[in-house]
Amino acid sequence: MKYVDEYRDGDVARRIAAAIAQAADPARSYHFMEFCGGHTHAISRYGLEDLLPANVRMVHGPGCPVCVLPVGRIDMAIQLSMRPEVTLCTYGDLMRVPGSHSASLLRAKAAGADIRMVYSTLDALAIAQAEPERQVVFFAIGFETTTPPTALAIKLAQARGLGNFTVFCNHVLTPPAIRGILEHPDLDGQPGPKLDGFVGPAHVSAVIGSDAFAPFASEFEKPVVVAGFEPLDVMQAILMLIRQVNDGRHEVENQYIRAVTPEGNTIAQAEVDAIFELRDSFEWRGFGAVPLSGLRLRAAYRDFDAEQRFAMAEISAADNPACECGTILRGIKRPTDCKLFGTLCTPETPMGSCMVSSEGACAAHWTYGRFRDHARRNVA
Amino acid sequence: MSSDIRRRKLDLKNGRVDLSHGAGGRAMAHLIGEIFHAAFDNPMLRAGNDQAAFEVGGGRMVMTTDGYVVSPLFFPGGDIGSLAVHGTINDVAMAGAKPLYLSAGFIIEEGFAFADLKRIADSMAAASRAAGVPIVTGDTKVVERGKADGVFITTTGVGIAPRELVLSSDRAQPGDKVLLSGFIGDHGVAVMSQRQNLAFETSIQSDSAALHELVAAMVAAAPQGLRVMRDPTRGGVAATLNELAQQSGVGFRLDEDVMPVRAEVAAACELLGLDPLYVANEGKLIAIVAPEAAETVLAAMRAHPLGRDAALIGEVIADDHHFVQMTTSFGGGRIVDWLSGEQLPRIC
Repeated sequence: MKYVDEYRDGDVARRIAAAIAQAADPARSYHFMEFCGGHTHAISRYGLEDLLPANVRMVHGPGCPVCVLPVGRIDMAIQLSMRPEVTLCTYGDLMRVPGSHSASLLRAKAAGADIRMVYSTLDALAIAQAEPERQVVFFAIGFETTTPPTALAIKLAQARGLGNFTVFCNHVLTPPAIRGILEHPDLDGQPGPKLDGFVGPAHVSAVIGSDAFAPFASEFEKPVVVAGFEPLDVMQAILMLIRQVNDGRHEVENQYIRAVTPEGNTIAQAEVDAIFELRDSFEWRGFGAVPLSGLRLRAAYRDFDAEQRFAMAEISAADNPACECGTILRGIKRPTDCKLFGTLCTPETPMGSCMVSSEGACAAHWTYGRFRDHARRNVA
Repeated sequence: MSSDIRRRKLDLKNGRVDLSHGAGGRAMAHLIGEIFHAAFDNPMLRAGNDQAAFEVGGGRMVMTTDGYVVSPLFFPGGDIGSLAVHGTINDVAMAGAKPLYLSAGFIIEEGFAFADLKRIADSMAAASRAAGVPIVTGDTKVVERGKADGVFITTTGVGIAPRELVLSSDRAQPGDKVLLSGFIGDHGVAVMSQRQNLAFETSIQSDSAALHELVAAMVAAAPQGLRVMRDPTRGGVAATLNELAQQSGVGFRLDEDVMPVRAEVAAACELLGLDPLYVANEGKLIAIVAPEAAETVLAAMRAHPLGRDAALIGEVIADDHHFVQMTTSFGGGRIVDWLSGEQLPRIC
């Protein structure tokens, strides 16, 4: 596959691995957070851990849209789906995310709710057009990457005069979450992760631009390397981060030049800005309320806002107290530190969101990497 | 049974069937284990094969049954009718048996067009004639509109296996080699390309085919070396190898670099975020063979048109955790786990 295989080449990987081994100073350790779930998935799927020296450790970050959605918002979606007039359209990943009392959209669907899995916002729009008697709600989640398609759907719905299409908006922003981790690394008395730098988001950066991460380099003195989602991209970014650390530099570097510019996609930014505005605060799983981190529809588009149309009441619900998703999302703990991991919590019976999405740290480790835990235990 | 399977029970009091229970993953294994196996329990069923073999005056008889609910009913390279014939012939053949007869049961939705039903029946007839396995009995039911989706077909197949040949999913041993008869993922991608909400242009055809003649060639080449044969349908190569790992109490180590995947299938999977290892096949088989027979069986497969692109994709290893592991093309290691939930609805 042209333009894909080139970024998965095993020979090049071994060459970069050798360069990393040479660059990494054996007298110190390196801890880098990959913010995005897409990077977490690539690291696990291609077994990158096997190619890195023991003193270079990747810390999984919160950049998995399904994972950071709090229980309360899932409960709100389940309640909405139970209304007889509503057809709830959602990405497949969200179906199995546990809400309160082991409820999930998958179970609500089995119990009779009209919930449909879609692959894009345009599928939801097509359903609204084909079934004018149904109230079609798109369950919108995701970071800056998935917001422009939601904006486009709303614009099209308005142009087509669709009175039965609304959006349950849960879009969130990347920079406030990184800031949250850097400003308040500890959580409930548990010390935050040691971080020497960040692998910056790929697709998010294509929209918002690499300049968006400048404050983390200047203010917090952390190197950031924006990287693509292919495994070689990640390997190269790790090498660039190690070199920054060794040189005592803290800059934003762009490994993903084939897609990311400093200013980003200004057309997409303008479309989003026309339709969405910042919420004062939005709850993230593991972070609690994060100021200015979530989006809602502007008043001019309230007709397309499901929260308005159905007078949805905000629900605040607690996570399962034994679930470590919160600390795992902030890089404080690893999946294997959670007592539920692999015992009560597996991809078939997820207790927390990190075990659901393929981008979640727990699901990625369980699905691709858990053989290493057994190997380690056997050695010990 | 591994700790993975044993750990969680179905909520038999309040739970309901959801789509993940039909997806070929662990949830489906739970449903079958805790409801059907528990209710029908007998030694032949307990063996966990896709067919049962038993003695009948003078030989070993093989019997299997399978339901077909594919959507859409017609897809590039086949339709629900040819699939219902090939799939069941293949389940008989995987015991090393010669398929003899088929039955066919139809559940038809009110309002279904006769023209489509005729097209499906003609396709079944053609497939059965080509394979030399007649449909000798059947049943037809019609249900109200909305109670089925067009037509559902169940076929049952019987066949005869040589008495001395025992292929069973508990026979894989460390050191055995894993052979795959050709390119993976063709069927799943061909069906998906026709889905209303996915429709994309592709030249990929379903690989739907009857494999009994390929099996006969393999049996003739090395009857002593064959341990297990399976057709990796729903859930793909990943689901089949995970099942075999459990049933034989072993692990597998695969090599991603030699996995036969067509460029078009790889591209479609890339686009849809799927892994070809989990995508369904309807004309491929996996054979676990003794190491000393591997070359002979592979050569016999490659000499047959349906095994032309056969490859040795890995080996059986000792592993208490029954993991299917793979060395990635990138040089790292990963697990090829059971499918969680639903990757693709109704592909067979």
